[in-house]
Amino acid sequence: MKTVFKRSKVLKDCPTHYCPGCGHGIAHRLIAEVIEELDIRGRTIGIAPVGCAVLAYNYLDVDMIEVAHGRAPAVATGMKRTNPDSIIFSYQGDGDLAAIGTAEIIHAAHRAEQITVVFINNAVFGMTGGQMAPTTLLGQVTATTPEGRQSNGQGYPLQVSEILALLPGTVYVERCALSSVPRIRQAKAALKHAFELQMNGALGLSLVEILSPCPTYWRMSPSDAMKWIEEDMSKVFPIARLKG
Amino acid sequence: MGTAEVTNVSKRILMCGNEAMAEAAVIAGCDAYFGYPITPQNEISAYMARRMAEEGRVFIQSESELAAINMVFGASATGKRAMTSSSSPGISLMQEGISYLAGAELPAVIVNVMRGGPGLGNIAPAQGDYFQATRGGGHGDYKTFVFGPSSVQELADCMPLAFDLADQYRMPVMILADGILGQMMEPLTLDPKPRRPLPPKDWALTGAKDREQNIVRSLWLADGALEALNKKLQARYREIEKNEVLCEEYLLDDAEIVIVAYGIVARIARAAVIEAREEGIPVGMIRPITLWPFPSQQISRAAEQFPLLLTVEMSSGQMLQDVQLAVAGKAPVLFHGRMGGGVPSVDELLEKIKELTVSHKL
Repeated sequence: MKTVFKRSKVLKDCPTHYCPGCGHGIAHRLIAEVIEELDIRGRTIGIAPVGCAVLAYNYLDVDMIEVAHGRAPAVATGMKRTNPDSIIFSYQGDGDLAAIGTAEIIHAAHRAEQITVVFINNAVFGMTGGQMAPTTLLGQVTATTPEGRQSNGQGYPLQVSEILALLPGTVYVERCALSSVPRIRQAKAALKHAFELQMNGALGLSLVEILSPCPTYWRMSPSDAMKWIEEDMSKVFPIARLKG
Repeated sequence: MGTAEVTNVSKRILMCGNEAMAEAAVIAGCDAYFGYPITPQNEISAYMARRMAEEGRVFIQSESELAAINMVFGASATGKRAMTSSSSPGISLMQEGISYLAGAELPAVIVNVMRGGPGLGNIAPAQGDYFQATRGGGHGDYKTFVFGPSSVQELADCMPLAFDLADQYRMPVMILADGILGQMMEPLTLDPKPRRPLPPKDWALTGAKDREQNIVRSLWLADGALEALNKKLQARYREIEKNEVLCEEYLLDDAEIVIVAYGIVARIARAAVIEAREEGIPVGMIRPITLWPFPSQQISRAAEQFPLLLTVEMSSGQMLQDVQLAVAGKAPVLFHGRMGGGVPSVDELLEKIKELTVSHKL
């Protein structure tokens, strides 16, 4: 019999704490598969954010650190500069990267740090109970935008990847999604490319943004959440290679 | 490469305190320096920018103190020796990171060249960050090891020790200097101190090659797990309090007044002690070199032997509380303090001493 699918050796054999229909589990698996396929487990260090994925080290079987909210790109900088042969990646949500950590991501990119950033955008703060994120869509109802997000007073969805793509210090920026099998395959290809760039010593930061479902705080079924990414979220956050 | 190191070792040289700390850190094997400009400590980063490049090591001017302390966090987690330096407002910004270093049990060396506060304050020397340094400073129940050196030589001497202590006890170590110590120039000798035997960094994140995954974390959600970590940290702190106290006792034998002072204030107080003795007033001094762990036993003993203690600080009376705790009512503890960048003069202290001899009928 031919094995057509198995769990990556870099992914631990345990249930996750994520809600049903959450995208983190898929994103973790893609990263694990890429690390295994590139044979870099022995020199990879991962950085877990503050947010739903804070326990990512319980699932990804690589050396990992958990850091203060938003500071992952600074921590990654300290690691990479002192260990240029290591492969450093941060895994950050939209609160972590696009709210409290904007200074750190902008400046890590601006310094052209040779790190890989996985940016999970689900348009909401998950762990704290579904509050507005910088990436929350206009009209989207959250715990802190009960009438739906209004641009007047609550601002517009922040397109961090487009900002980062403008900086000379980024070598690769791509926005992917987990809303269908082809999209998931493309996300894996993007992650692999981002890690390969770092392995090959590309002179800058590589970032993969992943539009990821949060059925719990979108108040939707998992299948409706996938549709919402395709029909609503991707209009504000176009799924495309933005640079490199 | 390395010529400055060779010429700087074991020779009498003239340096300002900030540069002396920087060179001593290079000699101590500091792998990486991260910092953001702030007066009065800028000589450290300017010196490190040049010297770390000469040594092929890492220097980064960060975008903020938040980033600097988190770069230290990252480098330290991989087992490297990392440091940062700043001054009071910048150190406030680092407190979140220092708490994470303590929680994750990571070594780090942090220099605070204190200036006047609160707020933006001024750039004059001060000792108003004593509470912040010795009580932990950030959130949670933790300590940082704190040195309060009082000469350029001592600033340099405590650097290799700071790196060793940080590695041995897996915790942040702070050098609490001030604007005068950082700026003033004095002759010194830079000797690489004998290294302590240090435990292997088998916890470091180096890539899980042929071994199980290492995790560096400060989040402990399971029932009782965080309390267990806290108990482990507190046991370590008690061990440090027992083994690592440093303090100088100066002309105590026949003293009727014992001054307690640290840092640059101890230099001024030393001159006042000498002048008071020339005028026939027997004054001595206890000078804490480690501010945490605090020399409580030495001060407690002094309170049993001598009639009066006088704490002098460039603050409203912060170390004063540690002195009072150590004395525990066994002797009167008086205080003389200056704030907001005010520096006590030798004459000012001499005047205070004379007042006390009258008011307390010594």
